[in-house]
Amino acid sequence: MVGLRLVALAYLAIILLGPLAMVFWRTFEHGFHNFWSTLSQPSTVHAFEMTLLITAIAVPLNTVFGIVCALAIVRKRFPGKGLVNAFVDLPLALSPVVVGLALFLLYGRGGWFYHLFADRGISILFALPSMVLATVFVSLPFVAREVVPTLREIGDEQEQAAHTLGASGWQTFRRVTLPSIRWAVVYGVVLTTARCLGEYGAVAVVSGRIEGKTETATLRVQDQYENFNLAGAYGISLVLATIAVCVLVAMTMLRPREGASAR
Amino acid sequence: MASAPLAVHRAIPRGSAGDALSLGFVTAFLSVVVCLPIAALVWASTEGDFWTAVTGPEAVAALKLTLLLAAAAALLNAVLGTITAWVLVRDDFRGKSLVNAVIDLPFALPTIVAGLVLLALYGPQSPIGINVAFTRTAIFLALLFVTLPFVVRTVQPVLHELDTEMEDAARSLGAGNRTVFRRIVLPTILPGILSGVTLAFARAVGEIGALVIISGNLPYRTEVASVFVFNRIQTGDRSGAAAVAVVLLVISFAVLLGVGALRRLATRHERV
Amino acid sequence: MSIVVSGVSKRFNDFVALDDVSIDVAGGSLTALLGPSGSGKSTLLRVIAGLERPDAGTVMISGLNVTGRPPQERGVGFVFQHYAAFKHMTVWDNVAFGLSIRKRSKAEIEKRVAELLELVQLDGLSKRYPAQLSGGQRQRMGLARALAVDPEVLLLDEPFGALDARVRKELRAWLRRLHDETHTTTVIVTHDQEEAMEVADEVVVMNRGRVEQVANPRDLYEHPASEFVMTFVGQANRLGDAYVRPHDLEVVLEPNGATREAMIERIVHLGFEVRVDLVREDGEPLSVQLTRDEAERLELDSGQIVFVRPTRQTTFS
Repeated sequence: MVGLRLVALAYLAIILLGPLAMVFWRTFEHGFHNFWSTLSQPSTVHAFEMTLLITAIAVPLNTVFGIVCALAIVRKRFPGKGLVNAFVDLPLALSPVVVGLALFLLYGRGGWFYHLFADRGISILFALPSMVLATVFVSLPFVAREVVPTLREIGDEQEQAAHTLGASGWQTFRRVTLPSIRWAVVYGVVLTTARCLGEYGAVAVVSGRIEGKTETATLRVQDQYENFNLAGAYGISLVLATIAVCVLVAMTMLRPREGASAR
Repeated sequence: MASAPLAVHRAIPRGSAGDALSLGFVTAFLSVVVCLPIAALVWASTEGDFWTAVTGPEAVAALKLTLLLAAAAALLNAVLGTITAWVLVRDDFRGKSLVNAVIDLPFALPTIVAGLVLLALYGPQSPIGINVAFTRTAIFLALLFVTLPFVVRTVQPVLHELDTEMEDAARSLGAGNRTVFRRIVLPTILPGILSGVTLAFARAVGEIGALVIISGNLPYRTEVASVFVFNRIQTGDRSGAAAVAVVLLVISFAVLLGVGALRRLATRHERV
Repeated sequence: MSIVVSGVSKRFNDFVALDDVSIDVAGGSLTALLGPSGSGKSTLLRVIAGLERPDAGTVMISGLNVTGRPPQERGVGFVFQHYAAFKHMTVWDNVAFGLSIRKRSKAEIEKRVAELLELVQLDGLSKRYPAQLSGGQRQRMGLARALAVDPEVLLLDEPFGALDARVRKELRAWLRRLHDETHTTTVIVTHDQEEAMEVADEVVVMNRGRVEQVANPRDLYEHPASEFVMTFVGQANRLGDAYVRPHDLEVVLEPNGATREAMIERIVHLGFEVRVDLVREDGEPLSVQLTRDEAERLELDSGQIVFVRPTRQTTFS
């Protein structure tokens, strides 16, 4: 067992911890002052704002969708349930570049929805709407996938009891169902948020990466790197990595206990 | 409470307006967000010459490289991931919960950041003197990073639920440790390993963020399929990009089907 | 085929599971380890099997010191409370497992497995998976599997605990018959004293990691060695310092010098027996067991005041 333990720990240290340590080291190699000045560039600040804005829109949307979809999958019978399952799971297996391209082809010149929006002067591509759509697509599954097994395990007896006591559909949802899936939803929200903050490929395709307008934090990292501004790239990376560590902490604390659902 | 008697007989109201509303919402949301874009993609790929685009030498090279490296990374992580899961479930040591938490780092860390630091670690300015930047090895290392958690996380719950009494029973019947693992443990955790490998493979095939910086995307040498598609979009070759993208889409669907089948396989002995 | 346990102790962190335990199990006998939860009986069984290592003491099987040896080398067959069936193998493969480990010939395995399945009455179900069997069938399979390798000693850890009452009774009787046929040294752990009394030649009563008494069922009941054994095996009333069995209390309608007063709270008719629950003047409860005829003769009623006298009692110093 000790031998296996060493193998596992060595592997993890090399593959995971090495990179993590590098972020912190390289950023402060050039001093803290440098780090702060690169972060306070207007374009960088704007990039962070875009990331936060997109996340603030995408997370609530996917949370609502995730809960409603999970309830439908577990509690209701309807044709095409397998298809719904497949499409909800698709973002987990699909390359973000393919997602970006698909949106590009739908809303871009020659696409089915092009005239619908262009004729009204609404920009989808190279603007916020497509970036939100891309981010919603890639972060779609997480809340639903966390809530489904919890709902299955709980069963609908509590809800039946509520109905026999006179509660309406909405009351039952709000006072019985929702509290019982609370922690699954929270965990799903954490995963969704992490995915939104870290999204690169799909947004890179649809946004056009216009500095100061349609760059997110992750896109900005690449931009800084390509412009040989390593300090800038590392600075943004450090912020993102710190958020990632916070996400890890949240995930660890909230992780559904193995063998039991989190209630 | 005039509705109470009715509620007793039909505890969950069926076919109500609420049902239609929620199903309508789910369908509409999925259509707008997922289905329509995918449909547009498939449609666009048929506009140009699909076969020429897909069988072009650069596309084929990119796809081959992708599949090869993704499979290699997934398999290596299958072995090491299983070992890691075993250690996390069966072993006990100080800092185990910390190690358990760190496993999810590739899920939490933005891939572009991962690519940047992998370059710092294994590139020209490497503190340990390893410079594999812009080579296939670099891609392999990046894919190892992003696929590390998959097998660990699919095997852990299966190991947790594994009845150690089965192993005790095997030992009492004369089986040594290796036999116990081979005939009792492995058959039980195999579906978990396989679904983890499959998901890891899909992730590796589609990976982009960790590769843009470190792979250097030299055509035929270090250009993977996702980077190929990315480049073709930027040069305006939409149908060329769409063709290869559809191939990636098909792989994704195949993976999902595979994982579903594995799930059914895993529970086949539990169904009466 | 005998088992000799000497001075075995085992603790789990702060919990003392076994405290200097020594027992002698005669070859060919069926012995029960009886006690409440936490008494150490399962731990003792697992130490004998080699599934736990004792902190001190020795275990000898058939005269050989097996204390340091793993379960594979002890020649024991073990049957688990929750069956420990190999879920991914058929009934046939489960039973054949021990034989296939020992690389027996295919013909030999086929013969032996078929024999055993017939013995446990599972022939015809050999292609099924454990999930498709009832609890009782799964446990019979577990037994067949353990017997397949001709163990010196058969160890059963609360084998019928997870089954419902009727199946339990059936399997109990069936185990006894099996033992009478095969004469394999058998040790069975149980918390059910009725089970121990019914099935075993000898009973080892354990409490809090220690052996309270070793005796055959009759002696255990008639001559308990301690308060614990008296109250654990069978019912006992407390009268001052003495303990009295419910059927050793005489009920009369008129007082005499040796009787005490008590009020009837409840009369329960259990077929041939009648149990009368009484409460004494000082509030202490009493339970008396009468035959149907005795109860009829006395014409007892709830709320009635009667007088009881022990015909036999036991005290412990």
